[in-house]
Order: sequence, then structure tokens, then C-alpha cells
Amino acid sequence: MKPDSASVFTTDNEARAVEIISWFPRPRSAMIPLLHLAQQQDGYVSDAAMRRVGELIGVTTAEVKGTASFYEMFRFEPVGRYLINVCTNISCLLCGGEELLEHACEVLGTEVGGTTSDAMFTLEEVECIAACTEAPCLQVNYRYRGRVTNTDFDRLVEDLRAGQTDIPHHGVLSQVHQRTDAEHRAGIVPPEQAREAPVWISRNSDTQAGD
Amino acid sequence: MTPPEQNNTVEITVDGVAVSARSGELLIAACERNGTYIPRFCYHPRMSSVGMCRMCLVEVDTGRGFALQPSCMLTVSDQMKVSTNSETAKKAQDGVLEFLLINHPLDCPVCDKGGECPLQDQTMAYGPGETRFVEEKRHFQKPIPISETVFLDRERCILCDRCTRFADEVAGDALIHFMGRGNHTEVNTFTDEPFASYFSGNTVQICPVGALTAAPYRFKARPWDLSETLSTAWVDSVGSRVALQASRNRLLRVLGADADAVNWGWLSDKERFGFEALNSAQRLSSPKLRQAAADAEHHWEDVSWGEALERISADLAAAAAERVAVLGGARLTNEAQYMWVKLAKGVIGTDNVDAQLGDGLDPAVVLGLPRATINDACKPGSVVVLLGPDPKEELGVLYLRLRHAVVNDEVTLIEITPTSTGLSHLAQHCLRPAPGRTAQLVETLLAEVCSGTAEDHPAANSTSEDGAEDGAELREAAKCLGQAVSTGAGVTVILGRASLAEASGGVEAAAYALADLETVRFLPALRRGNVLGALESGLAPGLLPGGARLTEASEDLSDLWPQLPAEPGLDAAGVLAAAADGAIDVLLLVGADPLNDFVDRDLAYRGLKGAGQVIAIDLFVNDSTELAASIVLPAAGPSECDGTFTNIEGRVSLMNCKVTPPGTARPDWMIAAELAERIKPGSASLLDSPEAVRAELVAVSDVHKSITEQALVENHLEGVLLASTERAGMLSAPGAGTNAGTSVGPAAEIPDGAYALIAARTMYDDGVMLRHCESSRNLAAAPRVWINPADMEAEGLRDGAAVRLVSDCGHIEATLASEAGVSAGSLKVNWLAPGAPANSLIAADSHVTAVRIQPR
Repeated sequence: MKPDSASVFTTDNEARAVEIISWFPRPRSAMIPLLHLAQQQDGYVSDAAMRRVGELIGVTTAEVKGTASFYEMFRFEPVGRYLINVCTNISCLLCGGEELLEHACEVLGTEVGGTTSDAMFTLEEVECIAACTEAPCLQVNYRYRGRVTNTDFDRLVEDLRAGQTDIPHHGVLSQVHQRTDAEHRAGIVPPEQAREAPVWISRNSDTQAGD
Repeated sequence: MTPPEQNNTVEITVDGVAVSARSGELLIAACERNGTYIPRFCYHPRMSSVGMCRMCLVEVDTGRGFALQPSCMLTVSDQMKVSTNSETAKKAQDGVLEFLLINHPLDCPVCDKGGECPLQDQTMAYGPGETRFVEEKRHFQKPIPISETVFLDRERCILCDRCTRFADEVAGDALIHFMGRGNHTEVNTFTDEPFASYFSGNTVQICPVGALTAAPYRFKARPWDLSETLSTAWVDSVGSRVALQASRNRLLRVLGADADAVNWGWLSDKERFGFEALNSAQRLSSPKLRQAAADAEHHWEDVSWGEALERISADLAAAAAERVAVLGGARLTNEAQYMWVKLAKGVIGTDNVDAQLGDGLDPAVVLGLPRATINDACKPGSVVVLLGPDPKEELGVLYLRLRHAVVNDEVTLIEITPTSTGLSHLAQHCLRPAPGRTAQLVETLLAEVCSGTAEDHPAANSTSEDGAEDGAELREAAKCLGQAVSTGAGVTVILGRASLAEASGGVEAAAYALADLETVRFLPALRRGNVLGALESGLAPGLLPGGARLTEASEDLSDLWPQLPAEPGLDAAGVLAAAADGAIDVLLLVGADPLNDFVDRDLAYRGLKGAGQVIAIDLFVNDSTELAASIVLPAAGPSECDGTFTNIEGRVSLMNCKVTPPGTARPDWMIAAELAERIKPGSASLLDSPEAVRAELVAVSDVHKSITEQALVENHLEGVLLASTERAGMLSAPGAGTNAGTSVGPAAEIPDGAYALIAARTMYDDGVMLRHCESSRNLAAAPRVWINPADMEAEGLRDGAAVRLVSDCGHIEATLASEAGVSAGSLKVNWLAPGAPANSLIAADSHVTAVRIQPR
């Protein structure tokens, strides 16, 4: 056990981690949600976070890293406060995505995949992000911006530097945490011990049983 | 996985030939059993199938026409038609190999696996002759060390999942894993967390390519230069079957052999890599005589065997029989042990003989209790009671077998150990007796078993002092045990010393109590090499070969032995105490290092110093011989002489000579025979080979009657169990061995502010053999003190603090670690850590050891 592992999550997130684990019949099933939680907190999944996740769910760190590294959207290097993904897939390419990416490199002074020296921005090239009607498009911390011109981009960077946007720090898929009330949750028993149908089946079967 | 034992067979057709397969068997296994080998990389009969490599694709018709199927993922069904060599199957195999070779480097000429490589062989047999791939192969840093002994070359890896599956499924140490995805997938460890598993060497053996290599064998030989013989591992008492491989008279590699009853092809790393010590330049290669020099210094001088043996036999003949003692012998083969027993008891006439150094169990308990085999313990649905040391630390392969049984075969594990072990997380019930209270706890447990479900039985309430929760756990464990006894599911007790800091009497008393339950059998978890062979051969006070008492000598034995000791002699503690008092003139150490291995270091020191003359027969000069021996004789190592080995089950298997011993070193049996012949001419004149010695052992001992030459040849892989002889009589008369401490005194009081000491062995320690293992010597566990977190807080100390442990006998310095598996009021230390021998804290005659903890 490394001494830093217990303080990886903030107190809130540690409590949230425990809650997430309680949703699953087996603690190890909570691995991916906990990795999301770590990435949401730090912008990336640190080694210390993987150690902590392993401790919390009782698997080895190698298993955590092995699972996490399978998924391309988990990051293992620190990212800037804002992660900018510029699409260069076919529609965006035709509408100037590559030029936009080149402009972004120039403005931010960093390579594709790099982070600015002030740790504000990380710039990445992505494949289609499913906003072809708005080409060329980009995401900042997964918030979309469409039909982006070079001027738009410059203003966006200025606003972000000035803190004048509603975009939260760090790149996460969602800050909205799923809350499932107890009544709608699947029974928290290991599958092999389950004796009753899952709640979403049993709830509906009542009406059918009547006829 | 072993196929389920079923009698129902199904008929399948393989390549047009009708064969019968066991229902539930995997197709690949059924075909192989019937003589059709299907190529494979990821499939391993001892692990679950994953269908990763696709090499075993065959065409199968299950009624809807032929289709390609991986034969390792398919169980046979009746009337299944299989074609393993159709054009389609061949094309599929060819294609799979071409894909596997896309990224596989062509460095076979410098690869250790070249010549014995399944990928190489199967490419020759089934693969394309030429590559069509002209692009750049993927590149990784060439071998990276993933542990102290194992190297990983990711370029060569074909991602078969064997090593990672082994680590997770078999060893339970999932410290290696696939990382990344797609073309970038690689096997690796977590950052800065090495594959520190006691079983890592097995991954090297099962790797189907040269991706995993082990330090001791890297670049040492080519497979076609190796010659091989089947033998038995000697570093612990499980008796795993091994293949010894040597080239040019040098032992280079040890591989596990798949004996179904014993090790399933697995080995612990100590069994696998421990052979390095035998190749050490420090091995004794000629008899040596101590020459004293000025200022208490000394040096060793080579002498001839003739002179050394002449001196020793003269000393032995001159000494009164009861003033001669022999310690050690657990390292020896059965034949050598018998020869030493005959020399000591039959020729010299002393009974002061002990193969255990105060760290074992009363021989009467080991030999008298009904014995279980490993397969008995692992029988599906049975119950195992762990009343002994941590198998993961002491008997690696037994741990693997037990782990498999609990995880896969619904074996229930009840743990009665003072601290948590490597199996605790798999145990159904864990009972934690305080040091010195094992017997009481087991008695309470048995009272609960006998009282059935009576809730308010007084015995159950008597545990309330340990807290109500413990009482509930005990009741649950009792219920489980009671059920197993009443249904005849089979109960096996793994019996041994969980802590060397408390007297053996507690565990022995607990064993006596458990033996009253019907159907309970015992598997002695004694650690040192051929220790069971030593006890069965009579290397214990009061015993003759086969567990007979001195007064029960068979006629054959009386004919063959010149004399017998009149009175039972002293055990190791008795011998050392007598030596300290000057009552031992000649002390023979046969592969023994009492200073490090005896439980009481101070007594060992005084005994060695006080003995008139110390003579050692060993592979190395160890700390004890360096301290006190006047003559040291070089012995042949386990790979250097023929003989047999008796494992903890009483399974006798052959140990075969593979290389010649260094210098003029001789087999132990030969040394004993020489001495016997010099002291009493004619006593050993016919014993001129291990086979002759074995024949005499079989003649004089009832238990060894089953060990015929024919039986050993017929069962050369699994070995032969000793004849089961009812020896319960030994139990009814405690005192057959003099250290039969079956009476349990009142629990010793631990003074306020002190802790009860638990001393437990680790896989790697500062033992003399490990010190000479080049690649493993750095693995010796550093001195640690494990303490309950609550106690640590109360002491105001923190994890990693340097502390000093002080007992009435001595002190050691170690690093503190918090461990919830240690009960409050106890401390656990590792035995024989470098620079901090725990036996300097322990007094041989104390029931428990009290220690105080001081910050440093």
C-alpha cells in the first residue's frame, strides 16, 4: 500500500465511490464508474487513483490498469484544464477541420496531443464526433462548438482563459450523476444467488400475472 | 481443468475414426487422448479455456454440417463428427499462424525457446512456408524484467493469455495483465509493481513462445544439448515431481512434471530455481579440517577422505554411545536417512538422533495420526481445517492445490491460525487463537461440534471473553465441521506449526482432540525437505525405521543391526542442552544449521560451543559449522545421487542422479556406510548402492513394504504411497518421541505492555541454500513486525517505523507494518530474516514468548 493512495479521492468523491460500489452485487463491477470518477476529479486517471480503485474493489492494480487501458477515453497523462478535441473526419475535413487544427496548434503553441505550458489546454485530434451538420466542429471538455472559424476559435480560447464560459474544468463526459432510487435498482445479490426476477421484470409481471 | 469424473462416455468420430470420449470433456483433450494432436497455444489442460489463439480450429459437424470451431472451447457431444485435417481446417490453421507471425520477431537463433518452441514447431508442421508480410513489425523494448527472476520480451508475445491466466486463476496473484487494446495489446505489470509472485516461474514454463524467460536459464543452453531425468523437488516437503535438465554435467533447469496426485506440473519458484545453490562455487568439494590460528581465527584445510573418516570413526568409537548425537538429516534421501539411523542407533548405539530442530511436531503425532493425501484434502465437497503454517509461504504447491480446491471444487476451508494467511480470503471461517491457546480453542470448537445445535452450550459461552463475534464465528465453524463429519464428506487437517515462538504441544493436543472425530485425516505440514522420510526412517529419538519403538524391533532388524540403543534418547532441544552442559562428546550435524534453524538461538550457540567435537556433513559451510565444526565432510546434493524421497503424504518417489557432485563430495548414505564399516566391520559391507540400502530398509520396516523396485518403476511419475499401517498405538502412549508435549499447561501470562510473539516462516529467508541462489538471494524477506492497527495506534507508532523487539532472551531490529490479520496483543515476525533471526527472541522451554516493542 502506497501512503498516498488513501487521499486520492476528495472526501466527497470517496463517499461517492463507496456509494457506487454499493450499487453492484460484486465490488469489482464498479471499476469503470470509479475510473470515471477519478478522471472527472483529476482530468486523468493517475497511478495513485488506480491503486485506490484497486483497494476499494479488491482487485490488483495490474487488473485495474489492464482494464482501464483498454478504453481509449481514459487518459493516463495529466491534461490541461480544457481538453480541446478537433474533428478531422470526413465532413469536418471537407469543411476545413485540418486547417482549424493547424490554426489551433499555432494559437496554443503546442503539438497535436500536447498540453500548453500553462497547463490550460490540451489539444487533440479526434475521429467523427457525430456533429457532421455542424462541421467543422470541436469539443471543449466534451461541450460542442460547431461551424468553428479561426476567429471563433481565437475568441473561444480568450474566453476560456478569462474564465468567461460555462464549461467546467477538466474533461468529463458528464457532471450529472446518475441517481437510481432503491425501488428501481436491480437486487444487490450476486447473479448466482439471485432467486427472484430482477426488479424491472418483477414490477411488470404483476400486471401480467393478473390475467 | 480436469474433466469431471464420469463414467458415461460418448461416441465421436475424429477424422473418420470412431472413438469414445468422456462426457463433458473438451474436444481438444478427447482428441489428444485418442491419439490425434490438435495444435494449440493458449489451451492448457490445468487452466480454463479461453479460445484466444484460434490455433485449435477444427471442422466440427454437430448435425448442421461442418463448421470451424475452436476445439478448446467445445465439449464433446454424442455423434459429433470432427475433421482435424480437412482442407478448411488446414487453411484455417495456416492462416492463424500467418497472423500470429505478423508481429513475431524472427530472432529464433538467439531466442532461448528456439528448439523447444511450440510456435516454431507448429509453424513447421502447420504453417505457411513464407511470409507475405513486408511491413514493419511492432517494436517494444527488448526484455524488461517483470520480477527479480522473470524477463518479458513483448515482441515475441502472441497474447495467448497463459501467463496472465496462471497468475490470476492458479496462483491468485494477478500482478500481470493485458494492457492496451488491439495491435497495441501487451502483457505487463502495473507501474513499479513487479510480478512478485512465489509462482512466477510457472509462467516461463507454460509460455508457448520465448516471451517469458527466467534469469537462471537465460542463454545458458540450447534445448537439444539438454538431457533430462525425472526426479523430485527437494526444497520443501511437498515432493513435487520435476524434470532435471543438465548439459555438460551442469544442472541448468528444473521444470515441473505433471503428476496428477501431487503438483499438476506447477512448482514454487523456490523449487524451480533453488537448484542454483547446487551449482554455487561455494559448495564444499573436499573434506576440511579446522585449523586454529592466533586470536581465535581459524581456517579450513583440505584433508583426504581417508584421514577425515579415520579421525571421525576413531572419535566415535572412543566416545560413550550416549555421549554421541546426530542432528539433521531431513535433506537426505530415504536411503541415506536409513543408513544414518543404522549408523547411529545400530552401530554406535546412541538414540540421541533428531531430524527436526525443535521446529517440527512430535513424531508420534506425525506418524500415528491417520494420514491424508493431497487428493483427499482436495476432494470436491470436503472440508479442510488449516491448523498450521501458511501454505503459501511454506508449501507453495500445496497452496496452489488447496486454492484450486476451494475456488473450483467447493472445498470448505476452516482456518485456525494465529494470523491471516495466503488462504484467509478464501476461508469460510477464520478462527484466530491467541498464541498458546490453540488447544483450548480447538477443544471449545469440538465441544460445540459434539453439542450439535444447542445454542446455550457452556462451551460456546466460554469464548465470550474473546468477544461475541468470535463466538458466533466459532459456532458457524463448528456447524460446518459437524456437518462434514456427519455426512462423511471428509475432513482433512493440515497440521503444523503456525508459529515457532510457541511450544508444539498446543498444536499436538489440538490434533489429538480432532482425531477423535470420525473420518478426520491429517496432512502434516512440516516444511523441511524429506522430513517425513526422516521420521519414517527413524531419525527421531525412540524410533526405529517404520515408526517402530526401540522395544519393537522386528526380527529382520535385530539380525541386520549389530545392536540397539537401550533407552530412548534426546531430541534436538535435549541434545543441545546436554551439549551445553558438556554431556555430548561428538555432535554430528547432517545437513543441519541449528544456529539458524533451531528455535532457540542462544541454546544452539551454547550447545555447539559446549559439544566436545562438532562434525558436519553438508553441502556448504553454514553458520553453525563455521562457529563450531572441527571437520566438515562434503555431501552430494539432491541432483547428484540416486535415492527416494517421501513427501508429506507418505508418497515415495525417485530422486535421480543427473550430474556428478563437485570435487570428491560423496552421497550421504555412502559416508554413513563408510563410518559404520570402520566402526563395526561387516555392518554395512553389503550396502554398496542406494538400491541395496533401500532393499534393507524395505526388509526391516513394515511401512516401507510397498516400496518395491517394481512399484517405483510402474509409478515413476506419481510415486508410491507407504503401506498404510495402523499406528494409532503410538498415540495412546505419548512419549514415543521424547518431545511429546501433549499435556497443555495453563496459558502462560503475557505481562502488561508486552505482546505474544508469533514467528512464521516466509518462502524466502536467510537459509544457507537460498544465500547461494544467485537470482533469488535478494528475495529474502527483510525483517518485519506485523502488528494489529489498533495496537499500533496505541503504541503511537506508524507504518514503516524502525523498532526493536526485546524478549527475555534477546532482541532484534525490524520494520513495523500494520496488519489487521494479526490479533490484538500479538506481534508477528518473519523467521530467519537477514540480520534479524527471530530465534534469538525465543527460549526452547517456554510455552509462549513475550516481547516488548521499543522505538529505535
